[in-house]
Amino acid sequence: MKLEVKNLIKKFKSNIAVNNISFEIKKNKTLGLLGPNGCGKTTSIGMMLGLITPSSGEIFINGICLNPANRIKLLSEMNFASPYIELPKKLTVKQNLEIYARLYGVENISDRIYEMVENLNLKNFLNKKTGELSSGQKNRVSLAKSLINKPRLLFLDEPTASLDPDIGDFVREYLEKYKNDNELTMLLASHNMKEVERLCDSVVMMKKGKIVDKGTCGEIVNKHGRKNLEDTFLKIARNNNE
Amino acid sequence: MNSSKIFALCLRHIYLIKGSFPRILDLIYWPTIQIFLWGFISKFFTLSSSFYENTVGIILSAAILYDFLFRSSISYNMMFLEEIWSRNFTNLFIAPIKLSEIIAALTFTAIFRTLIGLVPASIIAIPLFGVSIFKIGFPLIFLLTTLYIFGVTLGLLVTAGLLRFGPSFENIAWASLFFLAPLGCIYYPLEILPYWLQIIAKLLPLVHIFEEMRNILIYDIINYYQILNASLISLIYFVVGIIIFYWSYSGAKNRGTLINMGE
Repeated sequence: MKLEVKNLIKKFKSNIAVNNISFEIKKNKTLGLLGPNGCGKTTSIGMMLGLITPSSGEIFINGICLNPANRIKLLSEMNFASPYIELPKKLTVKQNLEIYARLYGVENISDRIYEMVENLNLKNFLNKKTGELSSGQKNRVSLAKSLINKPRLLFLDEPTASLDPDIGDFVREYLEKYKNDNELTMLLASHNMKEVERLCDSVVMMKKGKIVDKGTCGEIVNKHGRKNLEDTFLKIARNNNE
Repeated sequence: MNSSKIFALCLRHIYLIKGSFPRILDLIYWPTIQIFLWGFISKFFTLSSSFYENTVGIILSAAILYDFLFRSSISYNMMFLEEIWSRNFTNLFIAPIKLSEIIAALTFTAIFRTLIGLVPASIIAIPLFGVSIFKIGFPLIFLLTTLYIFGVTLGLLVTAGLLRFGPSFENIAWASLFFLAPLGCIYYPLEILPYWLQIIAKLLPLVHIFEEMRNILIYDIINYYQILNASLISLIYFVVGIIIFYWSYSGAKNRGTLINMGE
């Protein structure tokens, strides 16, 4: 799916959280949305998920405008994972996956759950309550929920935050593999620059609600004359003129 | 509306109840305590004065009906609060479900939760105090339906408040019914209220429902006009509740509170 964001603005009273941003993600590509805390990434993702009403601007998914009339149709082909939101803690992993499979209208629910369980190694805690899992296990369950409907557009907000390097690497590797095997366009918001370099085809750098740079990782690093994306991020984040 | 999505949302709450014995116990405990408390109080009145003849039946029936209203409203609120407490709000609102499907699922599941609590309590009252709510007969269905619609309406208004003001509105969820109870004339006739309060009370369906319950139990008269009146008033409030809920949802989207709502 192709995602196009055109002149998106979000004002909360006098505060402009997102200030006229425009970008696009081509079909089956991954875009990294980068920027310091409070730069407007989450608000932008919220608007792209239909959770926040933009003050102005438009979002097109495969050429269809994301508005209340098209919301349900588009949401059924999208999904989202973030360590900052959770699944009901008192329900087992299997129950949670079943409920979300039903909500997304997944056919052959048992087969799809089995597939996710196998791919993400959920077997040992499938019947355990979600609230009793470790953060690494919760993260994989959250990822399973976000892929349960085989989305064609996936939003990930810091998918490996608070994970140990081993599980973090497992998640990145799985996402790479999943993307290669399936039709998937991704938007990844992350503070892990190595993760962004590994997973993203291009990046958008945000600061104070505005896009301050965009391009491939290599292009941005070269443009700012830095060694890697992390140094470039620091330069942009600390430069008060931008 | 998609029935399988409504079923999925109901299933989430059924799994929650099914998976926790203390939760089931909690649902049964409070209505049963109410029955015991009101049963003994009214029995004491009956023993002390002939004026209070049949008091046990009337007060207990009123307590059961009021508890039905209370439980239906609280059940509705609780299920919505569960989503906030579990930080599942964002997942729910990015799923391809309509607001009407969420309302329908909460409405259906609230009856399930309410009946878990109230059926055992109503049955206990029969051998213990010789009071059966079923003595009201056929009109009981209408009275319960009307109460349920009003209970759900109150639930809708509180959830609209939760959407508008966030989890801090939680306390209002608990207090909402206590605020209306004095005006509802649950345990006493309408004439007890000062005249100006009677006018306000008549705008609530509760007065008509409980007056009708007393009519049936004391005089054995069924006034279907009063029942219809109560149903219509409940339905009007229900429509208003839905409008306010949609309005609050739209406001929450404007303020961006749906994305990070949680405790």
